[in-house]
Amino acid sequence: MDPVAAKYIGAGLACLGMAGASIGLGNLFGQFYSGALRNPSAADSQRTNLLLGFALTEALGIFSLLVALLLLFAV
Amino acid sequence: MAVSIDPIHQFELQPLVSLGHIGNQQLAFTQSALYMFAAVGIIALLTIVATSGRAVVPGRLQALAETLYEFIADTVHQATGADGKRFLPLVFSLFMFVLILNLLGMIPYAFAVTSHLIVTFGLALVVILTVVIYGVAKHGTHFLGVFVPSGVPKPLLLIMVPIEIVSFLSRPISLSVRLFANILAGHIALKIFAFFVVQLLVAGAWGVLSPLPLALTIALTALEFLVAALQAYVFATLTAVYLADALHPGH
Repeated sequence: MDPVAAKYIGAGLACLGMAGASIGLGNLFGQFYSGALRNPSAADSQRTNLLLGFALTEALGIFSLLVALLLLFAV
Repeated sequence: MAVSIDPIHQFELQPLVSLGHIGNQQLAFTQSALYMFAAVGIIALLTIVATSGRAVVPGRLQALAETLYEFIADTVHQATGADGKRFLPLVFSLFMFVLILNLLGMIPYAFAVTSHLIVTFGLALVVILTVVIYGVAKHGTHFLGVFVPSGVPKPLLLIMVPIEIVSFLSRPISLSVRLFANILAGHIALKIFAFFVVQLLVAGAWGVLSPLPLALTIALTALEFLVAALQAYVFATLTAVYLADALHPGH
């Protein structure tokens, strides 16, 4: 296969990893709000944990974006 | 039409003062080192000047320094318990260093030091070596209990212990790559979306659409500020969690 074509196909495939991160983020915020709306008084104390989970989950999506960007610009 | 784009160029090291050569490798004082010195200077200035007054009712600067300190003190206390207090200086320094470097990188045309893997890996290595050396010095062979989860049936340990070992070994990698990848990908994404504005502006009638990527760039900048602060917090929290292992290996 043409190496340039393979590079672009690889970058496209790497971006599929973001699907997993988006499922995780949806899960995270969905679960937070279902809990927070049941017990709004406890929601504020969990906001830092929410942001921590957000950063940890988002980082996994960033990893796949990083692989895609490295394939496009650095390889 | 063809405006060339090179989003990687912003991460290139520029030697400011050459210090000679080792083999073919140039030894130099780069802008990366300059930013690190600047960050240390800012942190020292902020903490020393802000707390020099020691007012009972804190002013703005003192309140800022106290909030940051209490925030990290709370995080460390939650993760490690009462005897984790001796690690507070380490965690606070790491947090402030990463935070200031991330925020300095957000200034337009500035250099983001944490976008280099070797910098973040060095920081992660400091954390992991502290965990291992302190753990072994304090607990001796009992430190190996970190690999044996408590309350697990004996046969299951055959599977769990290798998993725990791999998880422990991957910690410095995930800790450093998380920070580096977030900052690198964020800055590249900003550059690419900013470039779309230029590309649309030179494309004749399509220039009407150029405010769209501009709005997206502004939104991304806001997100990157959030990420800059959040990744510093995540780095500090995970450091505290790993240090808790060194203090109480049997978990």
